[in-house]
Amino acid sequence: MIEIRHVNKSFQGQQAIHDLNLTLPAGELSVLIGSSGSGKSTTLKMLNRLIEPDSGSILLAGEDIRRQSPDSLRRRIGYAIQSVGLFPHWTVEQNIAAVPQLLKWPKSRIQDRVTELLTLLQLPPAQYRQRYPHQLSGGQQQRVGVARALAADPDVLLMDEPFGALDPITRHTLQQELIRIQALSGKTIVLVTHDIDEALLLGQHIVLMEHGRIAQQGKAQDLLLHPASDFVRHFVGQSDTGIRLLGLGKVGERVRQGQASGEPIRADRNLREALSLFVTRQVTCLPVVDEHGQASGVLHFNDLLGAAA
Amino acid sequence: MSRLATGLHARRWLLAGSALLAGWLLYLPHSEAWFARWFPELERPLYQQEGFGTLVLAHLGIVTVSSGIAVLLGVSAGLLAGSRFGRAFRPLLETILAISQALPPVAVLAVAAPLVGFGSTPALIALILYGLLPVTQGTLTGMDSVDRDTQAVAQGLGMTRLQILRHVTLPLAAPVMLAGVRTAVVINIGTAAIASTVGAKTLGLPIIVGLSGFNTAYVIQGAVLVALLAIVADQLFEWLEERVTPHLPARAGS
Ligand SMILES: Nc1ncnc2c1ncn2[C@@H]1O[C@H](COP(=O)(O)OP(=O)(O)OP(=O)(O)O)[C@@H](O)[C@H]1O
Ligand SMILES: [Mg+2]
Repeated sequence: MIEIRHVNKSFQGQQAIHDLNLTLPAGELSVLIGSSGSGKSTTLKMLNRLIEPDSGSILLAGEDIRRQSPDSLRRRIGYAIQSVGLFPHWTVEQNIAAVPQLLKWPKSRIQDRVTELLTLLQLPPAQYRQRYPHQLSGGQQQRVGVARALAADPDVLLMDEPFGALDPITRHTLQQELIRIQALSGKTIVLVTHDIDEALLLGQHIVLMEHGRIAQQGKAQDLLLHPASDFVRHFVGQSDTGIRLLGLGKVGERVRQGQASGEPIRADRNLREALSLFVTRQVTCLPVVDEHGQASGVLHFNDLLGAAA
Repeated sequence: MSRLATGLHARRWLLAGSALLAGWLLYLPHSEAWFARWFPELERPLYQQEGFGTLVLAHLGIVTVSSGIAVLLGVSAGLLAGSRFGRAFRPLLETILAISQALPPVAVLAVAAPLVGFGSTPALIALILYGLLPVTQGTLTGMDSVDRDTQAVAQGLGMTRLQILRHVTLPLAAPVMLAGVRTAVVINIGTAAIASTVGAKTLGLPIIVGLSGFNTAYVIQGAVLVALLAIVADQLFEWLEERVTPHLPARAGS
């Protein structure tokens, strides 16, 4: 658990963070979202002491982060940023091994860990471990950046717009992978973004910031259904609220017994994708399969509105 | 593949230059007849006061010592001025270096010789002075060229300042720093010849003796050796620069 208590921060007389109080639950993926300059990155960097608050305190697992040296604190906290910042003169393997090296892990353990992480991030180790960053695509570099942040198995992972510079398809793939990794590892992740769809998709806890203050925090449904102010309503998108809510539900939650024809949709897809299929195919009923491709029933158009199952 | 090609390229030129230098050195002692045919009016067409091999070694000795000291001082000054504490001194340092570079070598030698005596000491002082600017500038530019985000991530991963300098900043700045050293060495090979005016034993001796005695053959014998030395040194650095940048995308061309 991360607790931020009465934190203030000014840059050159300009207050960037105003009396921030925030609790980020352990084992959850929290998202900091807000417009440019709202203080997201500043908040994130205060968590690993890249920026020191002017006042207030920050607790990690109940302990004030100032009780550790910044360097040893940072080795316990993974950090990944948009521009990736892979070390261009190091191979993929050396990049991922950066923190384990600092922690003086034995060689064989480091090698095993690199293999494990490359596999986790779907980069075949034999093919990729000896490559240099310039020999990778943007999406692959991003994966290596995430692998490097995860290398020493940190309790907490901080990510500043990690998927910002990617094309929509690669971004989508990596978002799905992050969800999978988070579910597998149960890590506490704090992710900064200014993409509301990314926030709604990934955030188990969403913190919307405005001018260095919290405009609203909670689950995606809270922000969509009960916006605390016009700013929040505007930010999460007035006209698309319904569609965005559909994006939060899974097909599997609304599935019924039955059979239908046509290309099936997977149960772990969200209802927004299902709606899109209904409209493009001009049908009212879709066959549903589980992740192994086994038929598991049908989804009716009317059930999109909820209350089914 | 094209990096490999340029690598071979640099090595080929290095070998060719060295072979030419060695060949010329070996041939010179036997070249009297050849120069005599070329300059029939000269009584003694081959410089023989000192062996050319000795002169080359002495020349290289002065260049190596002065460049070594210039690298030591220049890199230290660059690192200091590039650090958090030294940032304030950077403009001052750059001004001093620019001024020192603007002084003509002959003037520096003329001023230094009466102060520290004739011989290789004033020569070393002048050469160190001229080597400092490119080395310091290369160090500063090299460190500036390292991506800020890369350094920020290194810090975010928990590297100490020294570790960032050693594992990230210096290796990434190395090619530009090396380019500075290359300039310093090549300039110094040329400048060292002038240092013979204050009594330093270098390849400048036959040139100066030749100039004052209207012996063009001496001038040619010295000047060709200086030029060949400069070319070989330049190619050596070209080859070194490729060795310290194995990670960079292959450069187009050359
Ligand atoms: N090192 C710094 N020096 C001076 N001002 C800074 C510094 N870092 C941040 N600021 C200021 O603090 C405010 C918050 O910046 P921050 O980087 O946290 O914004 P952000 O929410 O991450 O924005 P973006 O989405 O554009 O990344 C901005 O007004 C910014 O100009
Ligand atoms: Mg930011």
